[in-house]
Amino acid sequence: MDFATLLQVLDSTVRLATPLLFACLAGLFSERSGVVDIGLEGKMLAAAFASAAVAAVTGSVWLGLLAGIVSATLMSAIHGLASITFRGNQLISGVAINFLASGLTVLIAQSWFGQGGRTPSLIGGGRFTGITLPFAEALSGVPVIGPIYAELISGHSILVYVAFLMVPLSWFILYRTRFGLRLRAVGEAPEAVDTAGVSVIGLRYAAIAICGLLCGLAGAYLATGLQAGFVREMTAGRGYIALAALIFAKWRPWYALWACLLFGLLQAVALRYQNIDLGAFTVPVQVMDALPYILTVIILAGFVGKAIPPRASGEPYLKER
Amino acid sequence: MDKMPAWADAVLVPLISILLAAVLSALVILAIGENPVDAFKLMVEGALMRSAGWGYTLYYTTNFIFTGLCVAVAFHAKMFNIGGEGQAMIGGLGVALVCLFIPFPHWSIALLVATLAAGAFGALWALIPAYLQAKRGSHIVITTIMFNFIAAAVLNYVLVNVLRPQGAMDPATAKFPEATQLPTFQDLFATAENPLFRGSPANVTFFLAVLACVAFWFLMWRTKLGYEIRAFGHSESAARYAGISPVRITVVAMLISGGLAGMMALNTTMGEAERLVMNATEGAGFIGIAVALMGRSHPVGIFLAALLFGFLYQGGAELALWTNIPRELITVIQALVILFTGALDNMVRMPLERIFMATRRRNG
Repeated sequence: MDFATLLQVLDSTVRLATPLLFACLAGLFSERSGVVDIGLEGKMLAAAFASAAVAAVTGSVWLGLLAGIVSATLMSAIHGLASITFRGNQLISGVAINFLASGLTVLIAQSWFGQGGRTPSLIGGGRFTGITLPFAEALSGVPVIGPIYAELISGHSILVYVAFLMVPLSWFILYRTRFGLRLRAVGEAPEAVDTAGVSVIGLRYAAIAICGLLCGLAGAYLATGLQAGFVREMTAGRGYIALAALIFAKWRPWYALWACLLFGLLQAVALRYQNIDLGAFTVPVQVMDALPYILTVIILAGFVGKAIPPRASGEPYLKER
Repeated sequence: MDKMPAWADAVLVPLISILLAAVLSALVILAIGENPVDAFKLMVEGALMRSAGWGYTLYYTTNFIFTGLCVAVAFHAKMFNIGGEGQAMIGGLGVALVCLFIPFPHWSIALLVATLAAGAFGALWALIPAYLQAKRGSHIVITTIMFNFIAAAVLNYVLVNVLRPQGAMDPATAKFPEATQLPTFQDLFATAENPLFRGSPANVTFFLAVLACVAFWFLMWRTKLGYEIRAFGHSESAARYAGISPVRITVVAMLISGGLAGMMALNTTMGEAERLVMNATEGAGFIGIAVALMGRSHPVGIFLAALLFGFLYQGGAELALWTNIPRELITVIQALVILFTGALDNMVRMPLERIFMATRRRNG
């Protein structure tokens, strides 16, 4: 593999890791507050459709982004209603949201656009286009560093940079602010937070609102940045890969970045090479497809460091009387 | 007493939940500019008014009974098995291997052996998540989700690289031999003057599913193992105090669960397609969740819920054929049923409980 191919693979890794990173951080906020979210997939899908549909109708990608965030947040609100207010089973609610998004997106797309459950292809202002960072042209002649800067770092759409900036931001919010401290506390010991006079319900709703916002960004990037329009089931399991990355990262922001880059790399390699010839034997493409899940199971099994979720995650909080 | 009567809990709560789901579904149909009453009529017409329609409805019902029971066994042990889909895929692999490589003299023997194979393969696929849950505390929901994807990759590899016949383009096995093809309802019930169930895929596996319902009831409420599973599900600490091994119950319950999911593949691969294709499960593993929730994890409830979803599936296909409403409407209805009977259960239950309390106070 030469240097140019390597750069191409890494470039596509960055693109493919972006939606994973958004969704993974979304799950991080939700689960750190004690609300398990297996509905990331559905929220992304809803956001992908809403952003593509609005961008196609209005021709403005920014309105599309807004619609994506609103739709994912609405889905989050349903999840919150079921799992926080009515203390229902959070896993079942997540499953329901995934199906709701999977069905509604195609249903509405068919009813609005009549193109077999997809939106029209986005053109011009309906898409996020790449941004050329300063000096990318000038530096591209410099050996090694030039191409890395011009090809790998420059030229992505704005949401890619937002995603990577979200990592330090999430870290800061979670570990350096009062809100973050309380959010983490409510996922470990909600009764203590309640005793301190802070609203458990309020904190959890805030957490899933952030989750909705980030899922909205993930879905919008999928439909308006990575691809040009919505097609049915376009998330293709990314929500679950993000969930896997979250466990892989043991619910911590910086590790989430590395986990998403790793899984992005796996996707990029699987996309580029059908079967990988290692000389002695060939690695079939299906192994690459399954690797994120296999790695997560190994991590979950605790053979390579133990992944312990926030203590109160999955437990609805019932105030004692 | 601060509880509702048992009949209200078992019948009234799910009924109201389903009504809510139905009203919302009707609103969805209205919102996309179609008439819900006409749509419902068309669904009834297509699914229940002709014997061929029934043939499809019962075919889908068979799938959903198996996957519903699969989810229900795990529910009784207070586990959530989202892996029915993957377990059914691997179960299908078991069916295909048996049917392709063992020369059977008659379909009845083939069915018997294939049932064992489907159950064993499905159970094995559930074994690793079960073991990890029991021994290492890895959450079964996450591991079974991961195993769904791994199953899809395994199946994809086997169908593309191993079992695909020479020269064939689509990832599927060769057609199963004649002797393994199960008699359909058409073979069983149609006569020359009365051609019932013409061309529909319902087959003898349906009776196997009904049998599974009965066996499920017997296992859960009439055997020691069933008692242990339910006791474990109600209170793990109490069960442990009574000498019930959590590891054993977790593993055994998941093996039964996976086995039932695997048996679903009998219907789709041996009964209908007569070869193993890539997407043989068609999401039935997930519909099992809705069926088990709606049926309150009881075999009678599961049978009725599976029948309802069978009707929805066949009716939805009719809608997609004759109107502008795509099949995804059924996915929306399924989501609403899961939401209302599963996650928003308390939204229905709390006001109902209050009403019952109020009337009881007035009378007492």
